This record gives sequence, C-alpha cells and structure tokens, in this order.
Amino acid sequence: MSDADTTPTDASTDSFEPVDVFSGEPMDLRPGADDCYKCTTCDTSCPVAEVDDDFPGPKFQGPEQWRLKRKGDDDIDPSINSCSNCMRCDNACPSSVPLSQMHNEARGAFVERQMEKLSTEYVRNRILANYRTSAWFASKVPQIANFAMNFGPARWVMEKTLGVTAEREFPAFAQQTFREWWAERGGAHVENPDKRVAYFHGCYSNYNTPEVAKAMVHVYEHFDYEILVPPQKCSGTPMFANGMLTDARRHARTNVEELAAAINDGADVIASCTSCSMALRQEYPELFDITDIETVAQHTYEGLEYLRINEDLRGAVEESEVDMPDMAYHAPCHARNQGLDRQAVELFRDLDGVDVEDVGPSCSGISGTYGWKEEKYDKSMQIGEEMFEHMEAGAGEEGMTECPTCAMQMEHGTGYEITHPLEVLQEALTETSAA
Amino acid sequence: MAIREDVLVVGGGLAGMSAALSAAETGATVRLLSHKKSTLRHASGLVDCLGYTGDDGPLADPYTGLSDLPNEHPYRVVGESAIREGFDRFDGVVGDSYRGGHTDANALVPTQAGTIKPTARYPASMAAGLASDARSTLLVGFEGLSDFDAPLAADRLAAAGVPFDVRGVTLRFPKEFRADAKLTRYARALDRDEEPDRDRAPRFDGVRRALAELVRPKLDGAERVGFPSLVGDDENDVVREDLANRLDVPVFELAASPPSLPGVRLESLFLAALDEAGVRRTTGNPVVDYESEDGALTTVYTDKNGQRVPYGADQFVLATGGLVGKGIGSSRDGVREPVFDCHIPHPEDRYDWSATDAFGDQPFARFGVVPDDDLRPLDAAGDVEFSNLRAAGSVLGGADFAAQKCGSGVSLATGHVAGERAGALI
Ligand SMILES: Cc1cc2nc3c(=O)[nH]c(=O)nc-3n(C[C@H](O)[C@H](O)[C@H](O)COP(=O)(O)OP(=O)(O)OC[C@H]3O[C@@H](n4cnc5c(N)ncnc54)[C@H](O)[C@@H]3O)c2cc1C
Ligand code: SF4
Ligand code: SF4
Repeated sequence: MSDADTTPTDASTDSFEPVDVFSGEPMDLRPGADDCYKCTTCDTSCPVAEVDDDFPGPKFQGPEQWRLKRKGDDDIDPSINSCSNCMRCDNACPSSVPLSQMHNEARGAFVERQMEKLSTEYVRNRILANYRTSAWFASKVPQIANFAMNFGPARWVMEKTLGVTAEREFPAFAQQTFREWWAERGGAHVENPDKRVAYFHGCYSNYNTPEVAKAMVHVYEHFDYEILVPPQKCSGTPMFANGMLTDARRHARTNVEELAAAINDGADVIASCTSCSMALRQEYPELFDITDIETVAQHTYEGLEYLRINEDLRGAVEESEVDMPDMAYHAPCHARNQGLDRQAVELFRDLDGVDVEDVGPSCSGISGTYGWKEEKYDKSMQIGEEMFEHMEAGAGEEGMTECPTCAMQMEHGTGYEITHPLEVLQEALTETSAA
Repeated sequence: MAIREDVLVVGGGLAGMSAALSAAETGATVRLLSHKKSTLRHASGLVDCLGYTGDDGPLADPYTGLSDLPNEHPYRVVGESAIREGFDRFDGVVGDSYRGGHTDANALVPTQAGTIKPTARYPASMAAGLASDARSTLLVGFEGLSDFDAPLAADRLAAAGVPFDVRGVTLRFPKEFRADAKLTRYARALDRDEEPDRDRAPRFDGVRRALAELVRPKLDGAERVGFPSLVGDDENDVVREDLANRLDVPVFELAASPPSLPGVRLESLFLAALDEAGVRRTTGNPVVDYESEDGALTTVYTDKNGQRVPYGADQFVLATGGLVGKGIGSSRDGVREPVFDCHIPHPEDRYDWSATDAFGDQPFARFGVVPDDDLRPLDAAGDVEFSNLRAAGSVLGGADFAAQKCGSGVSLATGHVAGERAGALI
C-alpha cells in the first residue's frame, strides 16, 4: 500500500513557494521584544547555555536580536543554530515573550539568507530534518536499512562527511509500519459518529515504534472511539529546529488540510508524540498562515490528555492492575510547554502494579536532531548527565517518556528499555498486552 | 466533567503552593493550576516577613511592627498566629536548607549589590555571611561576571557601617567562560568539579581546588569568604563545604537579585513537598474563564491557543499574584483581576494611581482584591464574589510588598489560611 501519501517527495511542485515569514508581511515580533524586562530568567532555564560556552542564551537570541534588527542590522548571529528548540525559555519567561517563536524565525532567516546551501552543515541538517524521507525509504527494506544504518564503516563515513555522530545507534525500523498494520486489520474496529478522533501518528511511531501507535488504537477503541488515520506528513518539528521552514510549511499544508477535513467530520486530533502535538498546537499558528491552521491547533490534543479530559481515566486506572517493572519517567521539554509534564506520573500513581518515578525537571539533551550532530554530541550528553544520574538513582531499571528522541537518549545513556505511557495504559485497560 | 478535585488552586507562586500544601494536609484532593513555572525561580530566595512599616525600619522584630500596619493589610486580616503558622509550614518544607526559624528577629543578609536586607528566612548557604556577625570578611568576584563587583560591594557594605572589616577582590575563575556566561555555567562547573583551564590553574585537576588556591593568598587574615550565589547548584552544600575546608574559613553566598540560583533551589524544595503531599500540578496554560452556579464557582477553564480545558472543584483559591505575576492587570480602563473579575477598588482618575513623589507612598502598589475575614474577595457592594473562592498572596490588596518587605510572608500566611479553610470545608 502507499504509505501515508503517494511519495515522500511529491511536494516538489510547490517547493518554490516561499514561506510566509519571508515573503509578504513579515511577522511583527517587536511588541514581544518590548515585553522583555531583561530579568534573565530565560537564561537560567536554558540547558544549552549551561554547558555550551559559545551560546549566548535565549535573551540574546530573542528580544536582543530583535531589537538589533529594528536598528537595521539584518545579519542573524550564527549562534542561533546552537539553540536546540527545547522551548524551555518560553514557559520560564514571566512576561510571556514569544522566545521560541523568535528563535524559529531567526533560525529560518539565517538558513534562508546566510547559510551556504552547498555546505556540509546545510546538507546534513536538511537530511536530519527530513527524517521522514529517509525513514520512508528505509521502511521499504527495513532489514537492510537496520543493518546498513548501523554498519560501522558506513557510520564512520557519515560522521566524517556529514557530521552525523557515530556514537549513536540509529533506531531500528519496524518490519511493518503502523499504516501497513492499520490497513491489514481493516482500519477502525469501532464506528461511532459521537466519539471520533483523527490520529496524527507522526513519522516515528509509523516507521520505528508502531507498538506505541497500536497501543493508542487499542486504548481508544476500549473507550469506544472511532479512529481515523488521515494521510499525513512530518509534523515539522525537526525542520523548525534546523531552520528549514520551507520544508516545514510544505508538510504543514498537507497536515492541516487533512486534519481539518477530519475535524469537519466531527473528529478531534490526537497525537502520541508530544513534539508533534506541540507543532500542531503552537508552532503552526505561530509560524504559518494556512487556512484552518487555527482550527487544527484548537482541536489537537496529546493522546493521554484527551482521555483525561473526556473520560474518567482516573477511575478506570484505579480499578485496574498491571504487573510491570518500576519505571523512571522523564517529561519531554515539549510536554512541559503543553502543561503535560505531570500527567503520566499523576495518573499511574493510582495504578496498582507499577511504580513510576519522575526523574525531575532536567532536559534529556537530545532535542530531536541536536544530539545527532557530531559537533553537538558531547554537549547533548553533558546536558543529559543529570537525567541519567537521576534515572540510575531511582528504583526502576526501565524508563518511560512520550517523546521518541528523549527515549533514544534515555536508552543511550542508561541502557534502559523505554516505554510510552499509552503502552502502560494498554496493559492496564485492554486485553492486548504491551509485551 | 473528567478532571475534578476537592480544592483547586489557581496560581503557582509561593501563595498558591502554600495553599495547596495546607489544603492537602486536611485530606482534600488538590490540584494546582499555574500559567508559568513557579515565580520562585525568579525570586531572590530570601523570605521576608516584615522589614518596614511606614517610616519605621528596618525592623529588628517583624512581629512588633504588625500593629502599625493599616487595618486592610493582609497581615491584619489573618492575624499573628496565622503568620506564624505560615512560616511553620515554610520551615517544614525547607528543613535545614534554610535558617532563621530559631528566632522572631529579622536577619540582616548582605547582598551582591552591597546592601543589607532584613529578612525572616535565608538559605543556609548565606548563614556564615550575616551582617550582625563581626568576623572580618573577604568578598570574591570574578572577571566577566557583570552582576557582581566585589570591591564595590565591599565598599558599600563598609559605608553602610557593618561591624566588620570587609574587602573585595576580583579573580579570574579557574576556567574561562564567554564574557556574558550564565550563572548556571559557573554553578555547573563547581557542581561537577570540572577540569580547570591549564593556563589559569596549571597544577590542579578540579575547579574547586583551583579556586581555593586562587583565593588563599588573598585571605590575609579574613575570617570568612563570600561568593556570589553560584557556588554550585544541586551540590551547593558540598561545594561550599569543600571550599571552606580547603580555605579553613567559613564560606557563604551573598544574596543575589533575581533570578537567582537560591530562588531555583527553593522552587525544587517546594515542588518536592507538593509531590510528597500528593498535590496534582498542571503548569503551562493560563486560567481564563469560569462557570458558577448559585453564587459558587463550579469550573474554571484553561486556554491553549484558543482550546479550553475544564477543571472542576468544590473549593477554589485565587493566588495569581500582583501586577508582576499578572494576577492584577491594569489598562487605560482601570485595574482588574482578570480571571474572576473580582472587584479591585481604585481611583477613577489614572493620575491618582501613583503619587507624584516617586519615593512617596504609592497607592497602586497596594491595589488588589479586598477580602472578608475568611479571605473571600468582596464585590463593590461588600458582598462575597463567590461563596467558595478565597484569595491569597499578592493578588490581595492593602500591602506594599516592595516597600514593606513582606511579600513572601503575606503569601505564606494567607496561602496557609486560604488552603486550610478550603480543605476543611470538604
Ligand atoms: C522579581 C522578584 C523578586 C522577589 N524578591 C523577593 C524578596 O527579596 N523577598 C521576598 O520575601 N520575596 C521576594 N519575592 C517573592 C515574592 O514576594 C512572591 O512572589 C510573593 O510572595 C508573591 O507571591 P504570589 O504567590 O502571591 O504571586 P506570584 O509569585 O506572582 O505567583 C503568581 C502565580 O500565578 C500564576 N498565574 C497568574 N495568572 C494566572 C492565570 N490566569 N492562570 C493560572 N496561573 C496564573 C503565575 O504564573 C504565577 O505562577 C520576589 C519575587 C519576584 C518575582
Ligand atoms: S525571561 Fe522574558 S522578560 Fe526575562 S529576560 Fe527572558 S525574555 Fe526577557
Ligand atoms: S529553546 Fe531551549 S536551547 Fe533554545 S534558547 Fe530556549 S532554552 Fe535555550
């Protein structure tokens, strides 16, 4: 079957369309910059500034750079590329300065105007940002891909020529993608015009961890939801972080169009990856001007969050029991920004048979593609150090998180196996086992 | 509705967190809803009770000043015993990370700016630096650290008449950082005892040891050494003790202006206590709307880009802060409390909001909701706004936090009372 859409490169027709922020009316972020009263709280919350001596911090990247721009000095400081887009500065700012929006736009402008398009860095970043394209190819031949991607000599070449660190193991590709599985089972098993959700699975749970997507399906069908799985592309998260706004917008257009159609059919949108839900809810309306983009933002939820709001999830969990190992939970930065950092820990507190311990507010350090870059690898591990230590100090020998790249980092730093909260919920509420 | 608790606290500052803890102690289920991360991380980490009343101050004993406060001051509303209970709760949360609980008297804590601040509770890291202690003092600053000029701070302290000799020196930190490096960069280097730069400290393999060796020749008889508030973060105690052992004199931190690492450390202590008490927390989205029935609140709604999420409860606490915390908004049309639209008395004429004399009594500083004896906000006619809503912290009117140095104490006392009463009604 065709996977998610016809081909991953089918957007070439509109790839010359410039992103809104650079054409027509530029977004005016000066009022945001003016709200900054230079308290530097953002700087003390930035995980990169804590370890990277070349990074001047969010206050500089955001409000100060915007003030400079107003004076006509147009060049963006290249240090913007060191911001990992973790968005921690955003919810630390007491004055609601739109810091990450400023960073995203500055990064986009830098890549557009100042970055050498033939440079290794650009090519590497573009490949990392377009993970979905590589994943799509790899999923066609998962065994070969799994071997080739982690084949020593090939990795050495990748590090030397592309600057992709050889320290990390590429995630394994599933033998069957989620969409293939979904088609094979004949799509939705529940029909219910009153309770409908459109699932934005994103790239990772389609190509790499379909078990998370399947858990989502089982749990939602348990609560009698009809699930739609619309065609979709990358949420854009890795593209924002690499300043590839043109690519991101192309994907966003398909996503918004398809999801808006599902909303029109009475569905709300749910995502199992917290960076995907973050992109749909916040980055899309901040960065792009696409018809229905606001409607999609307002109807998008994270998978666990939606059930907490609409079902008596606490009651259901209290009546259940599982037999699972203790887990160390890490809240992804992008979950924090949606106000979701505590929900898994609080929910599973009421579930017998599993102990889930919050490892605290530290950042995992991988921030999507950041930790894959050869020159950032050490920084990424330094940022992660605190999380690794807290994971190891805790009781459990396994981990839990919503974010696929945080999961990679957790596993890389501790060797723990990492579970998604929806998999625990599946174990608790349905006959289908997560194992 | 699915998300429901006995008590819902709106606002995650010191007042909201205290209210949540006191409510949880009654056995009620509690959720704390907060827009931003706790404001403690942009506070100084000092916890004031009362420093000044009108013309009087700094006060040696804050409790003696209570009777000089106006009747509408929140301290007068809740009374002395509630203030003491509020501080007891604080002491329970922070354990031995804080000092000052052994006495009613204000401590005099030297700051990085070279001033002296009267305060009720201070981090243990500042204990060896009190201005009432006569030991001669060396202050150490670092090149490139713009927030702190040690010789200047020392001169100012001397000019303020502190009862000890004080000198300041500026050293090169044993590891070179960019000119505007963040505090967290220094703290981390000390926490992890990172390797110093060879050209700055050729002989030692950890920054702590290297730093001690740089300070030692400057001691010149000083009986204690003060650093800016960056002597480690998570490992603050360990780093301080390590330096003290190597230097053979006590080491302390000076109070910093916000944001400060002591503020961040205080936040972690409160978050751990909330966790321990089983308080549920949702942080990241503002409360923007509510529903009520028969004069009682039933539900509040948070907002994320236009998406509304309902939270239900039986009792509610409003702890959204003052003008800084956005609990009180002012615009051309007047001063308002944006969540429940509680009445805030203020002069019609904008020009009467602030006194012409910049240092005079500022009416706007005291703007806030007016509570009854039970901390329930009153409307313009003097009736309760909602039978099940209490207010705590700087959203309350009647105090001038900056001038009276009573911000944290008011939050602790009123938060405690509001939370306990809300919980007791369940
Ligand atoms: C810059 C600074 C310096 C300080 N220095 C000192 C000091 O030296 N000594 C001292 O004793 N104290 C100090 N403090 C602490 C200060 O006194 C306390 O913040 C004060 O006690 C007020 O606490 P509060 O909880 O009432 O309000 P705040 O601390 O302002 O907290 C309000 C909370 O409500 C949240 N909120 C606001 N609106 C909404 C909404 N609509 N929905 C949901 N949540 C909302 C905010 O995000 C915030 O978490 C300082 C604070 C700051 C900010
Ligand atoms: S936290 Fe906000 S107000 Fe403070 S310096 Fe950063 S951007 Fe400015
Ligand atoms: S998004 Fe994260 S890495 Fe970037 S400036 Fe903000 S806090 Fe730092």
